[in-house]
Parts: sequence; C-alpha cells; structure tokens
Amino acid sequence: MIHFQNVSREFPRVGRALDGVTLSIRKGEFVFLTGHSGAGKTTILRLVHVADMPTEGEVRVNGYDTRRLRPKDVSMLRRKIGYVFQDFRLLPDRTAAENVAFALEVTGARPAVIRAKVGRLLARVGLAAKAQAHPAELSGGEQQRVAVARALANEPILLLADEPTGNLDERATRGIHELFRDINAAGTAVLIATHDAQILRRSVGVRTMELEHGKVVYDSQQEQA
Amino acid sequence: MHAIREALAGFRRAPLLTGLSVAMIALSVFVLGLFGVAAHNIQIVLDQVEARVEVVAYLRDDASHAEIEALRANVAGLPHVRDVIHITRRQALELARIQLRDFEAVFTGLETNPFPASIEVTLHSGQRSAEAVHRVAAALGDYPVVEDVRYGQDWLDKVYLLRRVAAAASVVVGIAFAAVAALIIGAAIRLAVFARREEIRIMRLVGATNSFIRRPFLLEGLMAGAAGSLLALPATFIVFRLLSDAVVDLVWIPDLWIVTGIVIGSVFGMVASAVAVHRHLQEI
Repeated sequence: MIHFQNVSREFPRVGRALDGVTLSIRKGEFVFLTGHSGAGKTTILRLVHVADMPTEGEVRVNGYDTRRLRPKDVSMLRRKIGYVFQDFRLLPDRTAAENVAFALEVTGARPAVIRAKVGRLLARVGLAAKAQAHPAELSGGEQQRVAVARALANEPILLLADEPTGNLDERATRGIHELFRDINAAGTAVLIATHDAQILRRSVGVRTMELEHGKVVYDSQQEQA
Repeated sequence: MHAIREALAGFRRAPLLTGLSVAMIALSVFVLGLFGVAAHNIQIVLDQVEARVEVVAYLRDDASHAEIEALRANVAGLPHVRDVIHITRRQALELARIQLRDFEAVFTGLETNPFPASIEVTLHSGQRSAEAVHRVAAALGDYPVVEDVRYGQDWLDKVYLLRRVAAAASVVVGIAFAAVAALIIGAAIRLAVFARREEIRIMRLVGATNSFIRRPFLLEGLMAGAAGSLLALPATFIVFRLLSDAVVDLVWIPDLWIVTGIVIGSVFGMVASAVAVHRHLQEI
C-alpha cells in the first residue's frame, strides 16, 4: 500500500529531513514510526498524505506515484486516508457531530446519509452522548476521539496519526490506542508516528520502525526475518 | 447547498468584516450610481441640443420661386436630411416679431423687410454628426441662390467635444472606482480566507477539491456584491431626490441601468473574490 524507494526530502536552510528512505507497508498493517523529534516521522506522514513531495526518490500510495497525481486525484486519494494530529485540529465553532460531518460534506454526501453516518461514527468512538458538545466542552481524549471519528468518516484504507496521544493523559492514551487497534482489526492500515514510550511498551508484536536523522535505523519486521 | 450554507455562515462568523466589504461595495456602486445619474442627464441634455441642430441657408433676394423649389427638392434628396422648410421673407419677419417681442418697436414701421428668405434643413435623429452637418452645409453653399449658410459650427463642435469628454470621463471614473472596489473586495476576501485558514486546512486534509473550497468564497463575494449594489440603490435615489429638489431638475436612470448595475456589482464581487481566493489559498 505504501512504498518509499530511496526517498529524500531536503528543506532549504534546514537540511535533510529524510535521507534515502526505502520502506513498504502492506494493506491492513499496523505500524509505529518512532524516533526523536526531527527524525523525519512527520515528513513520512506528510509524503504519504501528498501534503509534500520528495526531493529525490519515489513515493507510491495505493499504487499511485504521488508525483504524477493531479490536484483532483490528490483530493480523491486523501478521502481514502484518515489523518489524526496531536492537536486534534477540530473546528472550535462546530459541535462534535458537525466536525465529523464536515469530512462527509466535502464528498457531496446527502444530508440524510451524513446524519446516519455521523451517529454511527460517534457511537464507534464512544461519544454518541456528546454529539452536540463543542470541542471546548470536551476533554483532550474526547476531542481526539472526535478527530478519529472524522478521520474514519470516508471509510479510509489507511489511518495516519501524528503523535496522537502527545496531549493526553495515561487513561486517555490507553483508550485512543485501543481505538486504533479496533480500527486496524476492522481492516484499516494504521501508521502512527510517536515517541510515546507507554504506547510502544504496550504494543508488543506490532511492527515498529525507528528513524534517526532521516534514515530508518530499525525495522522490527526485518529483524524478525 | 454546502456552499450556500457556508457562505451564509461566513457572513455570521465575521459580521464586521462582511459588513465592511458590503459597505465598501455599496460605496463604490453608490458613486458609480451618482455618476450614472449625471451621465444619463448629460446625455438627455445633449440629445435635446442635438435635436435642435439645423442648417439654415439664406437665399439671395433675387432668387426665383423655381430656383428655390429646385434647391428644396435637391436638398431633400441628400443623405441624412429629414426635412426641408422654405421660410419666405414675410414669414421670417413674422417669426422675428413672435420670437423677439421685446424688440417689437423695432419691427413696426419698417419701410423694407430686412430679413432674407431661407431654407431650414433638419437631419434625421441619430445622424446629426458634425461630419454630416458639414457635408449638408457644404452642399447648400454650392448653389448660386444661396448667399450664406449658418449652422453654429463652433458650438456644434463644442457639443460633440463635450459628449466625447463625458464618455471618456465615464470610462476613466468607472475603471477607477472598479479598481478601488476590487482592492477592497480583495482585502476583505484575504481576511476571510485568513480567518478561515484552519477550516481550509481541514478541508484539504479530508479531501476537499479546490473548487469545493473556493465555492463558498465565490458565493460570499457574489452575495456581498449583490447586497452592496442593492444598498447603493436607495442611497443613490435619496441623493438624486435631494439634488433634484434643491439644485437642478434631474431625470432618474432607466430600469435597465439599475438591473445592469446590480448584476455588474454582483459579478464584480464574485470575480474579485475568485482572484483573491486563488491568490490567498496558495498561502495556506
């Protein structure tokens, strides 16, 4: 599903964020990307989400070479990729339900379909009772659940998460992690960038890739092989 | 549907900014409206002046009836000529008595009639250009029975010059105000895009196409343009009434101009938004 072939990304004045990365992630896999801040985790997620382009090398997502995608194709591909951030990125003036509905409205879905789907999504993340609450009325963990529900709205084949538990306490972290495991169990590939040691400790047997100075220095899958 | 809802929501979320945009568009259209009233009234005056344009050929005293009739028939056949009237010397004196009553004493007790006979030539409406008048005057001057030809060449040229200046001024002032309005709309849309940058980022995140993102802003520009134009209409009318009552009797602009003004204001708002959105979306 995701293939990086000798991918480098260089930023002016900053230098190389990625340096000749080659990796593959299959459909339905659950993968952690770890490493210190600045190791290149977010750059990998942005390249997968076609929010950025490699300076060198090739990035293929769901069979598409991201360099060859037209703007409209990028939009269509993003509908199949959910994205969750550390800071949730919810619209503060909209309710939880409206924030989730937002992801469906951009696809041109009918209002009745949106209503039904939003109800199911909020129930899935355990927030059916707080559909009409605004982000400011929700805890950090609840806000992240809304963000996850929004990311799942278009039934993605891949869920990207960038430090999704960075702003959460231990209990909320555990809950979000379990939610990701459930999502993966339902068939969606999950790629999480994190340096949260708690999550990694609890994720024995999950594929982990470690980045350092823009290079993959460890891949648990290759170690096992 | 989403675009309409979002455009209206944009009005609600930033009422001050939206109000400012609408007010600025209203001000621009208002000034254009006042200029429209002025241009319309100048045009009416010019048309009235033009309607009175005629060429008068004064005839020799010894011109025979046959010569005058031949002249009349020939001139009537010239292009642009609508009507040819023969004014005899006696009729000229009578007209002078009627039109110049203050000088009635001068006209009584005259031993000889000082007025010459003449041919008055009027041209078809819409064909009273300076060139046409000059051509007809030159043709009349070629006849031996014609002693002199008058058509107020100087003021006729001035009238046409005034019309050209008025037309050029309309274009220049119109473009200037349109440019100011475009800058204001551009600034308002830039602020609107900036205010909604987070929403736009999330739209992109969840796979919204560029046209989907742009649509509410275009609609917002269209609605701001329409609202501004509609606000400018009563404002222009009030100033028109005040000027008409206190300064000079004016004629209100035709309905078609009003509809055209509203359409132009609305489309202008949308186009200015499109340009601003295209530019500022790239900054996000």
